[in-house]
Amino acid sequence: MTNSIQEIRDAKVIFAIGTNTTEAHPVISYYMKQAVNKGAILIVNDPRRIDLCNWATIHVQHKVGTDVAYLNGLMNIVLANGWQNDKFISECCTNWDEMKKTIDDYPAEKASEICGVPVEQMTEVAKIISHNDPVSLCYTLGITEHTSGTDNVKSCANLQMMLGNMGKHASGVNPLRGQNNVQGACDMGALPNVYHNYQKVTDPAAKAKFEKGWNRPGLSDQLGLKMPTMFNGMLSGDVKAFFCYGENVAMTEPHMSHTLKCLEAVEFMMVADIFHNQTTPYADVIFPCTSWAEEEGTYTNSERRIQRVRPFLKPHENYREYWWIVNELAKRLGYDMGFTTSNSVWEEMRKLGTSYNGITWDRCDDVGLQWPCPDLEHCGTTFLHADGNFVCGLGKFSPAQWRPQAELPDEEYPLVLSTGRRLWHYHTTQTRNSEGIDDLFSEEYIEISPVDAKELAIDNGDYVNVTSRRGSIKARAWVTNRSPRGVCWLSFHFHEACGNVLTIDAFDPVTETAEYKACAIKVTKAESAPFEITRERQARP
Amino acid sequence: MVKLTIDGIKVEAKSGDTILSAAKKAGIQIPTLCHVKGLPAQGACRICLVEVEGARGLMAACSTPVVADSVVETSSEKVIKARKLVLELLLSEGDHDCIICEANGDCKLQKMAYEYGVSNTDLKYKGEKRAAVKDTSSRFIIRDGTKCILCNKCVLACNSRGVHGILYKNERGFSSKIVSDDCELSDSGCVYCGECIQVCPTGALYEKKRVGKGRSWELDKVDTTCPYCGVGCQLTVHVDSKNNRPVKVTGRYTTPNEGMLCVKGRFAYDFPLSDKRITSPMIKKNGEHVQVSWDEALDYTAGRLKEIIEKHGPDSYAGVSCARSTNENNYAAMKFARAAIGTNNIDHCART
Repeated sequence: MTNSIQEIRDAKVIFAIGTNTTEAHPVISYYMKQAVNKGAILIVNDPRRIDLCNWATIHVQHKVGTDVAYLNGLMNIVLANGWQNDKFISECCTNWDEMKKTIDDYPAEKASEICGVPVEQMTEVAKIISHNDPVSLCYTLGITEHTSGTDNVKSCANLQMMLGNMGKHASGVNPLRGQNNVQGACDMGALPNVYHNYQKVTDPAAKAKFEKGWNRPGLSDQLGLKMPTMFNGMLSGDVKAFFCYGENVAMTEPHMSHTLKCLEAVEFMMVADIFHNQTTPYADVIFPCTSWAEEEGTYTNSERRIQRVRPFLKPHENYREYWWIVNELAKRLGYDMGFTTSNSVWEEMRKLGTSYNGITWDRCDDVGLQWPCPDLEHCGTTFLHADGNFVCGLGKFSPAQWRPQAELPDEEYPLVLSTGRRLWHYHTTQTRNSEGIDDLFSEEYIEISPVDAKELAIDNGDYVNVTSRRGSIKARAWVTNRSPRGVCWLSFHFHEACGNVLTIDAFDPVTETAEYKACAIKVTKAESAPFEITRERQARP
Repeated sequence: MVKLTIDGIKVEAKSGDTILSAAKKAGIQIPTLCHVKGLPAQGACRICLVEVEGARGLMAACSTPVVADSVVETSSEKVIKARKLVLELLLSEGDHDCIICEANGDCKLQKMAYEYGVSNTDLKYKGEKRAAVKDTSSRFIIRDGTKCILCNKCVLACNSRGVHGILYKNERGFSSKIVSDDCELSDSGCVYCGECIQVCPTGALYEKKRVGKGRSWELDKVDTTCPYCGVGCQLTVHVDSKNNRPVKVTGRYTTPNEGMLCVKGRFAYDFPLSDKRITSPMIKKNGEHVQVSWDEALDYTAGRLKEIIEKHGPDSYAGVSCARSTNENNYAAMKFARAAIGTNNIDHCART
């Protein structure tokens, strides 16, 4: 996030795209709704009629997978009317001429035809976002989990830069991070191309720094494998040893039957986790880890804030923190990683870092600290790119062309399936093992529009077979206006009916993020089990 | 700036400030039951009554703006008498049996009754009690109308903080009550954020999962960060350390969540106690997972890794780290791949 979370409450316009905020980031949705109560305009851009629409001024229901065309179309309207922020563009940005050329390719009528949003509504939205200040653009995985994910993100940034909505309080580009420490895992360099704080493995200076800091000559300067390539490497035999820490990959990766083939094929597999799950049966060795309740350390949230995690339960005698496990393994491989406590890991990281250098556990003890925080006197950074001074110098426009999703619906698989999280659950194990949560939402429902359901003679509650080219599951039907005609929706929480049996292993070419948000399916009725929904409720039938 | 005198102390306040906030700035505590920090005053509970020189009656400090040169008394005899009366009336219309109340020790009404010496077994007013029901229908939140003092804080929390619009006050006067939509809580659109519980000054709203699991003074409080989405809500886990179990969770009034939580942060805290936890290192022997010691598991793994690296090189290793775990564990995962194994094949689930 270029802004901080609480700033959302001060926005005059919230442009939410591809974010089911009330379910995936509930507390951020409270701030959005508080802003609406204070008079802000909330524009929800989502193919589904998500619960956030109940508080929206405008719901733009663009078609699944058309974000780039829709955003380019908005930019075209802004430009045609001269509503852009010329001062910001000329003083703070670069590559505008190329951007303009791409914008010219998307006249409103053409964009409208692709994304299915009427020109009048697009014009209204363009007018609102260019005539109000501050404007907070928020997005989540609805933007990134596409084969065009990188282009979708760039288009969000292009729009906000064109309007000068950057580097100000409550005004910026705000990706709401899905998991508690997904920001931190990236910041810590659990990525194939960078050490922590984004120091590149291909940079000779960084390599030299870590060879010295780690007392380990000969570090690799070759880019490592991203997850989908790792999995394919298990099948091809390039990957022989696979260490899976804290992820139930069998359920969370797309195209489950492919994932399982990979896990079966790999020669030696280690799992370090807290639960027996759908992945552990494939492991050759299993290590029991401490969980959130038993370990000490830090998480980094969406707004780059480093926050303390403190143990509150006494661990079982066999639980170990992951840093301890790899420290012990490294010793047996002849290398001393030198970790003695969780804090010793932190201190080493800090001293070899850049934007984290000024952050000690003590300094973030109460409310945390936001990076960049380069030294011990620095008080952290609440919003990035202040006054249009981008971290990288000038903000570069990155024009993007629209292309459709990898798998479009056809005669055999006529419906689009999108997937995600529900309010009541998180991933696959934690909430399903928390008392009471499973009582509120205990089995999977495929959300289907009343029009499609009627055509398929499906009633609320009926069991249906859902099939894609990759597999088939049986789930109950939730006939609901949350789904537009032609679009169904599933979560990946339930091993009994997991959306990832069906999803496609097609990836964004740059990030290799899978297209969880779009694949083609067919739905047929399996058995009747109808129930009547007596009242409209949030997030459940 | 407005200058006034509170309890003999000269106080400066901004024009438009209330007597309550001006007094607070001067270090003078005025008791409240219906006031929610950061939200408009309600003037509902009348416990914050103060004496303002020249005024006809006592004034509610939370909703009376400061006036220049006024003289305010916050604990005069008249004020104390009025507060006692308010407390007696509040106690008389409900069933405030503290003995088995979950809020015992954590209840503002109880604390005030104790401070002002008002007993609920020796009340002057023995009139009719409000007809109130206990709604135990929902999985997480119990609403006990018999302990409700109609302070309206839960309604404000639901409508102005979480902005869910489920709770509201129905009917008028003696038959007033707080309702959820127009049905039991379990049938309503409630999303169980639990903000109503957090602001409730009595035992009228409490967590179903905590019932019978310990009194507030027996619980240790540990501040930590929520393990769910990327908001990073700050929360306090109330722990029964003797029995090694969490009893309830409350939100901390700090950045970024200002006390607010969602259903997962507030109620999905007990997965660490699940019997599906892995409790021993295991090695697959003849297709079966067999429990082994830590040393055996580590020696075996290191042996296999050595073998594979020698035969196929370090790039035949691939590691996936965990976006739900700590920064420290993620740093360790990447250092292990890069320094101990010698490969950049390290990634995590944010990718896909």
